[in-house]
Amino acid sequence: MTTDDLLTVSQFSVSYDVNPPVEAVRDVSITVRRGEILGLAGESGCGKTTLAYGIQRLLKPPAVITSGSAVFHDESGEDIDINTMDDVQLRAFRWEKASMVFQGAMNALNPIITIGAQLQDVFSTHRPAMSRREHRLEAGRLLDIVGVGSGRLRSYPHELSGGMRQRVMIAMALALKPQLMIMDEPTTALDVLVQREILDQISDLRKEFGFSVIFITHDLPLLLEISDRIAVMREGRIVEIDTARNLYENPRHDYTRRLLASFPSLTGERGGFVRRPSESALDAESGVTVQ
Amino acid sequence: MTTLEFRDVTKKYRVRGSGELIALDKVNFTLTSGRTIALVGQSGSGKSTIAKILTQLERVSSGQVLLDGTPIPTWGRPLRRYRQTVRMVFQDPFASLNPYHTIRHHIERPLRLDRVVPADQVEEEVFRLLNRVRLSPEQTIDRRPHELSGGQRQRVAIARALASRPALLIADEPVSMLDVSIRLEVLNLLAELQREANLGVLYITHDLATARHFSDEIMVLHHGKVVEHGPSDDVILHPTHPYTLALRDASPDPEKHFAASTTIPGATT
Repeated sequence: MTTDDLLTVSQFSVSYDVNPPVEAVRDVSITVRRGEILGLAGESGCGKTTLAYGIQRLLKPPAVITSGSAVFHDESGEDIDINTMDDVQLRAFRWEKASMVFQGAMNALNPIITIGAQLQDVFSTHRPAMSRREHRLEAGRLLDIVGVGSGRLRSYPHELSGGMRQRVMIAMALALKPQLMIMDEPTTALDVLVQREILDQISDLRKEFGFSVIFITHDLPLLLEISDRIAVMREGRIVEIDTARNLYENPRHDYTRRLLASFPSLTGERGGFVRRPSESALDAESGVTVQ
Repeated sequence: MTTLEFRDVTKKYRVRGSGELIALDKVNFTLTSGRTIALVGQSGSGKSTIAKILTQLERVSSGQVLLDGTPIPTWGRPLRRYRQTVRMVFQDPFASLNPYHTIRHHIERPLRLDRVVPADQVEEEVFRLLNRVRLSPEQTIDRRPHELSGGQRQRVAIARALASRPALLIADEPVSMLDVSIRLEVLNLLAELQREANLGVLYITHDLATARHFSDEIMVLHHGKVVEHGPSDDVILHPTHPYTLALRDASPDPEKHFAASTTIPGATT
């Protein structure tokens, strides 16, 4: 275990204590390296969000961490065991060391408070020594970084588009320069053009600040493009973890193969489609109007 | 053979304060039996407005929508007959089925309302429709939507849309809310049913990859204007409009990505 590792999760299990109990995360061991984007892929109900919440100790009953540990290797050299922190320590840890962009983040902003005030809130809680003026400057600077612009500090969430709200959430997660950002489906609700802009921005920011990202989504083609390594989850277990390229070129697990085959290629062959071009696409030119 | 034609269709919405919003600007296209047109574009481009006009939930501001050469009816019994010809499958299979009713009810209703088959054959027809969408009639007919998975629900929605034996089907993001591993299955089923019944399909989506493989033609909509329209492979592989190019380049394409880069992506250290 060197300083290259940022987070070591070992034999982590989470159950939902209902009747009968649901084992949502089973015996997951995974390491997040410093500065890497780790993709977590899987379908709904596979436990990817539960795992992310578990790492942040955000789970609420009936969810219980039944076994395992998550150790955060701080820049200072100190090892922080996430499971043993008390409320005060947790409060200091979250957002400061590891932040999170939640699923449907664009609806996570308070509709009746300006985004500037919501950003400043982070600083007044975690940086009480700074003056209010500095808080405001810092909040403006963050909005500039994510491309929303400090001019929008006084805007309310409903005055911004979905993509802009998503950027505000990313700005907020960046505020305290955390070493780890967990992003849970951060671009799923956005259209491809906005999604691409935000992804590019995440990579640029990562280069600039050097944080690690755990990126959770079911969109495997997207993960393949942005991640350094990808873990594929199914029924609470990680079935395969490898570099993006290896996973794409030599998937070893059947499920990974099936998942890859679920996405027809944009520019390549047709894949698993019954519909062939021979049927009707070639002959009929009728009805094609080019403007 | 059924032909549906959009001729210079313009739709304007009145917006309080700023005047007018042009949702569709002189849109022209023709959908015929047996063919699939994919309608792509980012949010706000006018895709749903086209679907709404097709189902007559909205009226056109100018231009014409013609079914086999005659303007589509806007009210009364003729409108009901028209809606029998053009059916819709919605995006959200959780919201488009009524939680209080059984699957039998959902499929029986159009059969009875449109008098597709004599009353004593309705049950048989429900079985036939469920079989066609590969649901086991015995196991699903008396269930309610919450007892089915998302994919099964979408199959029920498809069976319901097919009940009135339409000539044209409008599928508005029919698989985007389903789990990735069953999306292709449902699209393949749609393609197969289309071939069997010689349906014309308008496939509304933002997913260029499935649009390309599933459709004969792709129509790209941008700010209410059709900026590009042609055979699917041409539009994706050789786009001529900068907007189509931007859409294509923004879509994840691992194949191209790995072919282009010789190093592992994002390895900055």
